[in-house]
Amino acid sequence: MELLQGAFVYLVAMVVAVPLAKRLGLGSVLGYLLAGIVIGPALGIVGAETEDVKHFAEFGVVMMLFLIGLELQPSMLWRMRLRLLGLGGLQVAATTTAILGIALAMGLPWQSALAMGLILALSSTAIVLQTLEEKGWMKTTPGQSAFSVLLFQDIAVIPMIALLPLLAVHQASHGATDTHHGGGLGHLPGWLQGLVILGVIAAIILAGRYLMRPVFRFIAAARLREIFSAAALLLVVGIALAMDQIGLSPALGTFLAGVVLSGSEFRHELESDIAPFKGLLLGVFFISVGAGIDFDLLFGRPGTIFGLAAGLMAVKLIVLLILGRIFGLRRANLWLFGLGLAQAGEFAFVLFGFADGAGVLAGDVVRIATLVVAITMLLTPLGFICYEKLIAPRFGRRDERQADEIDEPGTAIIAGVGRFGQVVNRMLTANGHTTVVLDYDADMIELVRRFGVRSYFGDATRPDLLHAAGAEDATVLVAALDDREKQNQLVEHMATHHLHCRIIARALDRHHVYELLDAGAHHVERELFESSLSAGRQALVELGAHPFKAERQTRAFRTHDRQTLSALHENWKDGGMDTSYIAAARGRTDELDQIMVTDRAAERHDSSERGWIPPPKSGTGS
Amino acid sequence: MHKVLVLFAHPRTDRSEVNIVLAEAARELEGVTVVDLYAEYPTFEIDVDREQQRLLDHDVIVFQHPVYWYSCPALLKEWQDLVLEHGFAYGEGGTALEGKTLLNAVSAGARREVYSRDGGYANELKELFAPFEQTAKLCHMRYLPPFALYAAGHAADEDRLTNHVRAYRVLLDALINGRLDLDRAELKISLDDHLDELMTIPTEVK
Repeated sequence: MELLQGAFVYLVAMVVAVPLAKRLGLGSVLGYLLAGIVIGPALGIVGAETEDVKHFAEFGVVMMLFLIGLELQPSMLWRMRLRLLGLGGLQVAATTTAILGIALAMGLPWQSALAMGLILALSSTAIVLQTLEEKGWMKTTPGQSAFSVLLFQDIAVIPMIALLPLLAVHQASHGATDTHHGGGLGHLPGWLQGLVILGVIAAIILAGRYLMRPVFRFIAAARLREIFSAAALLLVVGIALAMDQIGLSPALGTFLAGVVLSGSEFRHELESDIAPFKGLLLGVFFISVGAGIDFDLLFGRPGTIFGLAAGLMAVKLIVLLILGRIFGLRRANLWLFGLGLAQAGEFAFVLFGFADGAGVLAGDVVRIATLVVAITMLLTPLGFICYEKLIAPRFGRRDERQADEIDEPGTAIIAGVGRFGQVVNRMLTANGHTTVVLDYDADMIELVRRFGVRSYFGDATRPDLLHAAGAEDATVLVAALDDREKQNQLVEHMATHHLHCRIIARALDRHHVYELLDAGAHHVERELFESSLSAGRQALVELGAHPFKAERQTRAFRTHDRQTLSALHENWKDGGMDTSYIAAARGRTDELDQIMVTDRAAERHDSSERGWIPPPKSGTGS
Repeated sequence: MHKVLVLFAHPRTDRSEVNIVLAEAARELEGVTVVDLYAEYPTFEIDVDREQQRLLDHDVIVFQHPVYWYSCPALLKEWQDLVLEHGFAYGEGGTALEGKTLLNAVSAGARREVYSRDGGYANELKELFAPFEQTAKLCHMRYLPPFALYAAGHAADEDRLTNHVRAYRVLLDALINGRLDLDRAELKISLDDHLDELMTIPTEVK
């Protein structure tokens, strides 16, 4: 099939199946898998080449790990160490042991049984993380626990690849050990290989820390978005290649690079550049899993296949439930953790292929096992649905109350970090709030970073960047971009897509106030108004006014001006002034003159003179 | 059905143990409007027209606040200075508040006995609140004795807060439904004890 035709078929399948699946409450992953089944085994539009597609799409997993790394500061990783090593390590060890036992009982040689145990202990990072993120469970306790386990598993893949060749029972079928993953290091002595591996990892960390930031800043200065996207892709592809060369998992390498770059100002921009590629590739990956299901084998021995799949999931579920309980998960949380991770993962496809090549597992065993893995992945979304519809409601009330107790302080996004945004940011952080600062000027970002402000490079009008900056959870957006059009775009986007977020916008002038209000801002502040008033008040004092008199005049001026601003809003139409606007504005100016000059003490409707006035001299009093 | 306006004045609600609870309790009652003055006017720029309209819309005005120097916090004093205008509340043509009722619902730091002839302050709280009483009188309003929680800082520890909140609800409810015998209440030294004795029997109310 031609490239474009192939792309067309995959895209049609995605566009039709995924929205449908989401509509039916099945989640996007199941949608992709079903789309794959339809275009593959069911209709036969795609055939054997899905294997190649799958290998290509596995790169989506690599990108996903890079994105996960970006989200994870090293300090967070350190905080997770107990769950990561304890929960993750025990899960792999216990599941491997259990499956090893079962495989031995089924008559496999111990080497094959061990390989089977190791491979099937892994869960599907792609499906689980995608689902957790989609449902907003990532930050919950079970979500974090599941993530820890998945991360440990992804790291564990590396020693597994090293171990598998040692477990060979057959003649290696095509000497895949070296060419597949041994990369170009196969001919080097062991100690030198180790040295090279350490060197490459050190290079990633050092380059990420010291080299990438100036490079990205240089690219950003060109202000060409596509070049920045290209650079981001280049980074991920480059690291993946380097890791492949030295025989390490590309996913691990990019994850590491992500962690190193997580502290940089380009984090959100990188995230929003890579995320669409990741999404598409993972989608293609899931489709290829669906398309690759061997229905002949499945219908030939349905009992065996489904029995094995159910057995595998049961074993994994039991291990997860026991470990989850030990690590403090309870009730609905425990079930989400268990059901979520009970499947086998996409690394199994890679490792089975590898094990087959290395002569660890027999070809027909691999074919059955691969099918079983696919079935468990297919069943995973059903597990999540089961959790949502059956388990969570049963524990629902208690969980809700628990959620209330978590008193997370609201976060603020500050778009534009010039002098205006900086002051706002300092006030908010001084009051203990978390802020995310965005600006499209790399030099400005560099400058404020030097003062310890957590700020990120990027175009704040891009929805994907706002998403990466946490627009979903933000309580407040302070829009302070210099570019008038971008400022309006930003406010409009936030007002239409994030209804819960309060928008405070800086206006350049009076007309801009109306533009921003019409775009959906909740509060608009003119950038120079308050400081001008303050200067005016001080000038009145210097001219001899009593300071409190000057303050009252200032208040009266402010009040009148604000009332005028809202009164003239209806006279103002796009682009501003017609005759009715000008006439109304002139009327208000006359009124202001009136307010400022009148000094008739008894005039009750004179707002500047009202207040603290003595009763009339002829009056009754007391 | 009478309408009750609670003008709640507390500059540090983040440290409030009593007033914030009372205000929340009041907020739940139908017929009560609670205005958090410090929230509405953080810069002391009181909207006089709006406040006067509020007074016109209600029959009973409650100043709810902690006792600061035998009086109220500054914003509530500012409120009086600005809102109770000549020609509106008092003086020539100033009859807008005629027939309405005013009272203070307060928390006090000292113990009950300190506010007495023989106590440290040598006066009942009601006597110290003479400026409020006289203000009400000049504005043609009936002034009721204060509804106070004494030693308010220890009220929660000593399990007095819950009862006081309940009593506050009873008081507000009686004011709404006209069940409080205003003539007898006016003569009392305080509203916080023997509140039940001041209730008229429902059948008598017509």
